[in-house]
Amino acid sequence: MWNYIKLAVLGIAVILFGLAANYGRDFAYQVHALIFMAAAAITFIYTLRTTGDVKPAPTGYLDGVVRAGVIATAGWGVVGFLAGTFIAFQLAFPQLNFEFLQGYGNFGRLRPLHTSAVIFAFGGNALIASSFYVVQRTSAARLWGGNLGWFVFWGYNLFIVLAATGYLMGVTQSKEYAEPEWYIDLWLTIVWVAYLLAFMGTIFKRKEKHIYVANWFYLSFIITIAMLHIVNNLAVPISILGSRSVMVMSGVQDAMTQWWYGHNAVGFFLTAGFLGMMYYFVPKQAERPVFSYKLSIIHFWALIFLYIWAGPHHLHYTALPDWASTLGMVFSVILWMPSWGGMINGLMTLSGAWDKLRTDPVIRMMVISIGFYGMSTFEGPMMSIRAVNSLSHYTDWTIGHVHSGALGWNGMITFGALYFLVPRLWNRERLYSLGLVSWHFWLATIGIVLYAASMWVTGIMEGLMWREVDSQGFLVNAFADTVSAKYPMYVVRAMGGVLYLTGAIIMCYNLVMTVRRSPVKAVEPAAVPAE
Amino acid sequence: MDYHILREFADSWVLLAMFLFFVGVVFWAFRPGSRKEHRDTADIIFRHEDKPAEKEART
Repeated sequence: MWNYIKLAVLGIAVILFGLAANYGRDFAYQVHALIFMAAAAITFIYTLRTTGDVKPAPTGYLDGVVRAGVIATAGWGVVGFLAGTFIAFQLAFPQLNFEFLQGYGNFGRLRPLHTSAVIFAFGGNALIASSFYVVQRTSAARLWGGNLGWFVFWGYNLFIVLAATGYLMGVTQSKEYAEPEWYIDLWLTIVWVAYLLAFMGTIFKRKEKHIYVANWFYLSFIITIAMLHIVNNLAVPISILGSRSVMVMSGVQDAMTQWWYGHNAVGFFLTAGFLGMMYYFVPKQAERPVFSYKLSIIHFWALIFLYIWAGPHHLHYTALPDWASTLGMVFSVILWMPSWGGMINGLMTLSGAWDKLRTDPVIRMMVISIGFYGMSTFEGPMMSIRAVNSLSHYTDWTIGHVHSGALGWNGMITFGALYFLVPRLWNRERLYSLGLVSWHFWLATIGIVLYAASMWVTGIMEGLMWREVDSQGFLVNAFADTVSAKYPMYVVRAMGGVLYLTGAIIMCYNLVMTVRRSPVKAVEPAAVPAE
Repeated sequence: MDYHILREFADSWVLLAMFLFFVGVVFWAFRPGSRKEHRDTADIIFRHEDKPAEKEART
């Protein structure tokens, strides 16, 4: 019966999206309507073909969706790193903004493609896949909602495709990390509610008495992102048949809302969610429980109470009232404490097992990711101080800070989780090659060092050049002077990107070979009690 | 009711309430008898690796 309702809804959706494609007011909207129509049609055919199948009641964990998420994470990761490396070369060599690609492949169009591909496609798929894996294991229950998990996976990746194609065609509401237009935002809201239901449903039917701390972090990430996404994307579409919209808020209110969103995307997407990964995968790989469960509880509550206030530090020296930017600054500095509390908790989980660092490159990857977490959560509060910010703001220092956090913390912990997950999900004895993991580790680490170091140099240099005045009080440097002075460091940065990308490609090869070549894990004989 | 009333309420009573909640969480984490419970919770990740629990373990 349920399938017939689905078929009716999907059939109507196909027709409506077809009409939208026909009457759409702009090209991008028409393309997106066709993508929606194709997605609805494929789902319709799939549902039609499986209707009436007698399926045995599913048992065990729902791991198919986690496997799909792992593949998507690795694939989108390479796409995102490739886009980033290419735009890094575009900044060093502007000739790469090819004339025939103007309007589609120039820096301005590719930059949001890069940021969304790495944060939402790579990071988001890693979070969804790992949260489904972790919540099932720590609840000792199958994922709630039947195939709801699959809807979340496909729906989220449809959102990624819509966002990415939209950027290339110029569909953007010009909000950092929230570029997609109104209909893509609405679709993501639906998917996100389904994600929340699947996750919460699994927690509700858990067989363990307590909710493991990783699930607290994942849950705070899901709920907070829902709130941020809805408030920051309050917009009125100009036409239901067009891709443009007008934001409800304007001026300084809009700016404050945007950076309340923007910083908490960092705080809850890239920090809380990934801390959920840390609290599961690090203890599992180290084969010891987390260093202090009490500290993890305090870490959680302190982090979510403090992070939400830190956004105004993005708006120092603007129309934002001083009290608000001081508030953001103070909370950013206080945030140092829970951040380092969490870092210590992750690192000390290895106490008594430090020898594993020598033999296990996967745990080495997790440890360096926690190290980068500590470094960037020290650098961030420092840069949020108003006096430091007057030098660092609008310079490449910010870009370097973001990348030491994103490549170092988010990237490395995700790679560690992928190396952990693939042999287990495909039932393999072990990874194909630990040597290749070491190669990946060193390429990525050296790549990040090149990236961060070159951005410190250019950032501080251009900050100092911008504020340099002569004895008469005139500015010494033109903007173009800073651009040409940064050239060598831009090449170094792009080379760092090449190393990081190479490492990720090696990882993909290693993971594919793990699935294809590694010996299948032998079924352990059931324990027989001694007679 | 305008914005200022909300703001004054937020930076007085709500601030106090959130602070007290946080202090309460810290005391709750360190309450007597929590050590055993926390050890058990931290070990959740080492159970049920391959398949869901057969029956209710919650007490």
